[in-house]
Amino acid sequence: MNDLLLTGLLILIKLGMVLAVLLSMAAYLVLAERKILGRMQRRYGPNRVGFGGMLQPLADLIKLLTKEDFIPAQADKWLFMLAPGLAAVTALLAFAVVPFAPPLEIFGRQLPMVVCDLNVGILYFFGLSSLAVYGVALGGWASNSKYALLGALRAMGQMLSYELAMGLSIVPVILMARSFSLTEIVQAQASLPFALCNPVAFGIFFISALAESKRTPFDLPEAENELVAGYHTEYSGMRFGLFFVGEYLNLVVLGAIITSLFLGGWHGPLLPPIVWFLGKVLAVAFVFIWIRGTLPRLRYDQLMAFGWKILVPLALVNLLVTGGVLLWLGGAS
Amino acid sequence: MNLWRDIKGTFQPFWVTLRYLFKRPVTISYPEQKRTPPPRYRARMILTRDPEGEERCVACHLCSAACPVDCISMQAAEREDGRRQAAWFRINFARCIYCGLCAEACPTMAIQMSPEYELGNRDPLKLVWEKEDLLVDHGGKDPNYHFYRHSGIGVAAPRGGNDDELPPVNIKTNLP
Ligand code: SF4
Ligand code: SF4
Repeated sequence: MNDLLLTGLLILIKLGMVLAVLLSMAAYLVLAERKILGRMQRRYGPNRVGFGGMLQPLADLIKLLTKEDFIPAQADKWLFMLAPGLAAVTALLAFAVVPFAPPLEIFGRQLPMVVCDLNVGILYFFGLSSLAVYGVALGGWASNSKYALLGALRAMGQMLSYELAMGLSIVPVILMARSFSLTEIVQAQASLPFALCNPVAFGIFFISALAESKRTPFDLPEAENELVAGYHTEYSGMRFGLFFVGEYLNLVVLGAIITSLFLGGWHGPLLPPIVWFLGKVLAVAFVFIWIRGTLPRLRYDQLMAFGWKILVPLALVNLLVTGGVLLWLGGAS
Repeated sequence: MNLWRDIKGTFQPFWVTLRYLFKRPVTISYPEQKRTPPPRYRARMILTRDPEGEERCVACHLCSAACPVDCISMQAAEREDGRRQAAWFRINFARCIYCGLCAEACPTMAIQMSPEYELGNRDPLKLVWEKEDLLVDHGGKDPNYHFYRHSGIGVAAPRGGNDDELPPVNIKTNLP
């Protein structure tokens, strides 16, 4: 009984810590993005609240919480209220399968440093990232506004077609690691991260991840100059905040997934594993921000053509080649 | 060749943004650092005085007629010595667009733009400035200009007393 209690307590502590770290990381990524973008454009970015702007996320939170929660008259009320939560929760849940450190020895028991080590972790992640489309689609539909609807339509088309390329680019990884579990995929990269064994898959996954998270150059669903704000045009206050936080949570989660699938997860010399993991996630996030500061938005036909005519065929060929090479290697040994 | 151009065009910008990341921002952090506007900067107006220290404004209403947003109002009055002056003179800076048309219209150079730009205020009523607030005790951009030395004959100086003025003609002597 006591044993059970201790296990439960440890799991609760772990959950709380993961949640806290994830949420504060998302909040500070917003600040980091604004500051880095600012510096790239030779501005300072937010630097007034707190120590050089360090309390800006808090100020934003207070502002969002005290704003009016407005629901348009013709909106589908329940869906409208539900959608932002869906967007944020799916991103949070997806982190559950990401291992962020090797198992920890505590009170004489093994504590795996992953919220839940599913043996179909990748499929779970895919399921959730498909569910995330619902948050956007329902949000846009329920708002009963043309801009929101157009944004949601674009988001659906974009996310569905890039999910295909994303899925195809993961298959080689699964082939190489011979497992669906993220923990084992990370273990398989102890010597060489998959980004080096299979850079094509890494490139495709990275680009699709950009499209999945609706960031520049694929930010058509919220293209400001055509669609006001896209699918969250009608949202205000904390509901908009949830969409916003969901987007940055998604950024962290995708960074974590890219780290685990291609960059060797928490493996790394000298420094403790958790530092390696966080460092890699932040590095991926920085590249995302860097891309946003550099590239302009694609046109919608370019986006679709790039996804269907380049990424998907490339991913298929890559899959074939990887399979062939693995078969050849396996036959040779 | 086109493909090569496209690839170059996609990756070169990354180097540019990375370089700019480490350059000094060009921002002027306003409340701490203030830039000095050039002397002819068009910010709030002042009402200047002539070299004798008298108010230049003769309450001719030309400025208020020229103002595209109608933010100047005044009441004309006459002093005992015959000089026209504004009994009250009011500019609503909450409406002013700082176009400078009033200063251009003014025949006496009374109203002039000054480079003082810090007018921000939370209470719009505090942006309505009266004559006392607008009056300064210098001549502004042309300190030597004196309206009554060229016009307004016989008010500030006796007839024929100004430099560019001939003594009054005795019309009787012109008779044949
Ligand atoms: S600057 Fe323009 S808007 Fe302002 S008082 Fe003069 S004429 Fe009117
Ligand atoms: S400020 Fe100039 S234009 Fe305006 S009433 Fe006075 S003299 Fe006339």
